Amino acid sequence: MSGQEPADGIPTPSAIKTPLEDSPALLDPAAVGFVPQITGGAAGALDSSAGTIRRENLRLLLRSPAFLMGAAILLWWIVCALFGKTIAPYNPVAGSLTAFNDPPSAAHLFGTDSLGRDVLSRTIVGARGILLVAFLATVLGTVLGTSLGLVQGYFLGPVDSFVGRIIEAVLALPVVIVAFLFVVALSPSAPVLIVVIGLVFGLLISRTVRTAVLQERGLDYIAAARLRDEGDAHIMFVEILPNVMGPILVEFTVRLGYAIFTIASLSFLGFGIQPPTPDWGADISGAAQYLGAGYWWETLFPALAIASLVVAINLIADSIEAVVIQ
Amino acid sequence: MTARTSAQAAPRQLTDGPVVDAAHVDVTYTVRGADRLTVKDVSFQIGPQESFGLVGESGCGKSTMALAIVRYLARNGRVSKGSITVAGQDVQALGTHALRELRARTISMVYQEPGRALNPSIRVGRQVAEVFEIAGLSKSEAAGRAEESLRTVQINDPGRVLQAYPHQLSGGMLQRVIIAMALARQPALLILDEPTTALDATVEAEILELVSALRQEFHTAVLFISHNLAVIAKMCDRVGVMYAGELVEQGLALQVFEEPRHPYTVGLLRCIPRRGQRKDHGRLDTIPGFLPAPGTVPVGCIFTQRCAIAQERCEREAPPMYPVGGDRISRCHYHERAPELPRATPEDVRLPAPDEASAPVISLRGVSKTFTAGKEPVHALTGIDLDLHAGETLGLVGESGSGKTTLARVLLGLSAADDGSALEMSGTKLAPLAPKRSRDQLRAMQIIFQNPDSALNRRHSVRAIISRPLTKLAGLSGKQREASLEELVASVRMQQRQLGLRPAQLSGGLKQRVAIARAFAGDPRVLVCDEPTSALDVSVQAAILNLLAELQGSKRVTYLFISHDLGVVRYLSDRIAVLYLGRLQEYGEAEAVFTGPHHPYTEALLSAVPSLDGTRERIALTGEIPSPAHPPSGCVFHTRCPRRLASGVCESTEPPLAEVEPGHFMRCHIPPDELRQLQNVEGQ
Repeated sequence: MSGQEPADGIPTPSAIKTPLEDSPALLDPAAVGFVPQITGGAAGALDSSAGTIRRENLRLLLRSPAFLMGAAILLWWIVCALFGKTIAPYNPVAGSLTAFNDPPSAAHLFGTDSLGRDVLSRTIVGARGILLVAFLATVLGTVLGTSLGLVQGYFLGPVDSFVGRIIEAVLALPVVIVAFLFVVALSPSAPVLIVVIGLVFGLLISRTVRTAVLQERGLDYIAAARLRDEGDAHIMFVEILPNVMGPILVEFTVRLGYAIFTIASLSFLGFGIQPPTPDWGADISGAAQYLGAGYWWETLFPALAIASLVVAINLIADSIEAVVIQ
Repeated sequence: MTARTSAQAAPRQLTDGPVVDAAHVDVTYTVRGADRLTVKDVSFQIGPQESFGLVGESGCGKSTMALAIVRYLARNGRVSKGSITVAGQDVQALGTHALRELRARTISMVYQEPGRALNPSIRVGRQVAEVFEIAGLSKSEAAGRAEESLRTVQINDPGRVLQAYPHQLSGGMLQRVIIAMALARQPALLILDEPTTALDATVEAEILELVSALRQEFHTAVLFISHNLAVIAKMCDRVGVMYAGELVEQGLALQVFEEPRHPYTVGLLRCIPRRGQRKDHGRLDTIPGFLPAPGTVPVGCIFTQRCAIAQERCEREAPPMYPVGGDRISRCHYHERAPELPRATPEDVRLPAPDEASAPVISLRGVSKTFTAGKEPVHALTGIDLDLHAGETLGLVGESGSGKTTLARVLLGLSAADDGSALEMSGTKLAPLAPKRSRDQLRAMQIIFQNPDSALNRRHSVRAIISRPLTKLAGLSGKQREASLEELVASVRMQQRQLGLRPAQLSGGLKQRVAIARAFAGDPRVLVCDEPTSALDVSVQAAILNLLAELQGSKRVTYLFISHDLGVVRYLSDRIAVLYLGRLQEYGEAEAVFTGPHHPYTEALLSAVPSLDGTRERIALTGEIPSPAHPPSGCVFHTRCPRRLASGVCESTEPPLAEVEPGHFMRCHIPPDELRQLQNVEGQ
């Protein structure tokens, strides 16, 4: 190989290696005729292994302000989801008969809604349902999409064409509408939401995974595996899968954001998380009619909650993508 | 020569001073906040019309130096000390406009990958004409000049080339176009950064000749960067040898390569198989030790750790540039002793002779492979008959597109041979595809791929990569597997503690060792080596070739060795097969094939290889390798054959693969005696 250094703002190959690679012990003993003599001092660097790459990636993430901000917001909502009932200043479902449609005040920081319920408490407690459903749906979608994408990308041919056409048919309509149709048909409940969103997202994720698999399957390590009589399952899950985890992780975070968005939309339409459980989408929908009367706080705060959560997850997704691509 | 306009014909105003004057240049990259000195105290001058070569292994800073000259270092890089003057202008001090002018008029650069230097979605003609438009010509004038400029780089049908998109042209053709563009403004300096590394030897020879001719014609100074010592020797008046960011030796190219005065240059030259050296003559020498970590600032000489003649003084005191006669410079305290550098590897080697009397391990009869591109059949291989004997190395040579890799894949069962092809291993028929072969058959035949980055799973540890075939092919487990693993790792000269690493943490040579260990895990009888050293540096290549030769001696394995580097093939091979357009053209004992009589194609291949041992007269091949979808009639080589017979028999009839000497087969209408006479065999 020649020392061809790229000119376009990328550091030279010698410059982009991790500090670990630079330790002389890891450079080429191939240059040695017989047994390489490792010079002292470098030996310590050798203890680090595969784990180092992961640690290095994590370190890069933790240095990214976008990731830290996203993580902080997400962490806040996770805390709300777990301990919402304890943190909330009022009971989110019990209304006050004296204080309805109260604007934000010292007693009710986010005001109260038309039934006299504390908007702040409802916003805090509302994190649980949406986070749980979105997370489970995305996990389901990722598992499904990964398997589907692996099978398509690995086998290609008729299997790929067949599955590909089905996916295209389902995704010809906007995702929210597809999910909406299924949820309406199956009557809305959390498990139905999870399964429906998981299925639809699985189809979307499978396309990304398939593309990543296509790039891998042409590489020589796959040929090497074939030449030692490995089965298809081994090649797909042991050889290929670890190499496409990067795009899958990115896809997972991106989809998590979309899942929250989708669930909030469905709730707004009345087919998401069902009352009386506090839910941001449903609350916005219920409060929207009073917007004209000037009761803006009833809509604004749950809307901000949705926005902050989606933005947080997108910040995390972007940072992860940046690290994975690097 | 073609007619040119007056502007082009007029010799450029030559300044008296050097075109490039680099004085004590340091280049520093800032990586994650830390400074890393990449080029250290490099000084050289390139005079008007002179060609200067920078040679060295990857990471030695040669390309960085070139980028510093055009001030095009990556954003995190800068010239931290010293000065670079080009045509009298201090490059560092230039303003934006002046810098543009410098790049536009004074310096041109040609890179390694011609395919990446042009915009793939714009026709070549537009891109060439643009260079002239920037110079202020009108659109129609520029188009005319574009065509003319392609003629100067010996493109016969510029009309077709100008109309084409880059992907429709071959690498050699693209490189010509790029050279035409680079010379369009008659630059004072042409920088060529590994311009032929991505090309076939035959094309490389053409491009190099073209550059030499144009240099005379355009009076351009050339900075030629290459890892290939022979190419530099052929192309350059003077040469600088770089090592770990330092220029360790400088002088007239002939002198430097004849009598190197720095231990690194001496070592580097010994790594290359030369003068017909073969594996049974002795091992290649290597350079022991490792390249220092980038950015290391040693107290003493940078090469001390790897130098066999280093004294205590070398560790303390950085050597200055010692003048060693003429304008030669060596950065070695003991430069007068450099030529006596002791060998790093013992020379003698005992290799068992291949067992040719026995039945062949692999026997191929009438093996063909047809791909379908669109609806057209593409004949990648046609009627290959080959035998591989136990313990021998069969070298497979030919230009890219000749079917070498296809033959390897067919043999391994990675792609199925056409019906009617017969593949046998020790008398047993082999199924066309690997999954249909028995585990023993799979185990008996493995491969070392060209690119270890692709061949090793990035997410698996070295331990996992080597253990898996031990489990799968050798059927080992537990302690036994652990023992075999240790043995394998030791046999490829790796260390136990490297087992936990991932491929990305290893250097190129180490990765290839992992791939070799994996290939040997199942104790194969036949190993296909598909260009196993072409991605490696010279010193690493030598170590890998030694290793392969050694393993063959100890394990009695048969190699099918594919390489475009004839020196390497000659070093390792017992027999050679020459492929052209998927057909076997010549086949015989390595020495017989190399000494001749040669098939005209082999002759051309041999003559195209730049050599450190003096230049041969090159047999030029006209045109490009034809498409295998439409192979020429008769002898497939007749379209490019310099010795085509006037009788027309070459065009009409395909010659048979005839035995011209015992064990030496050739597919040519010209009788061997006549060929011998024509080629005036001297026995190189």
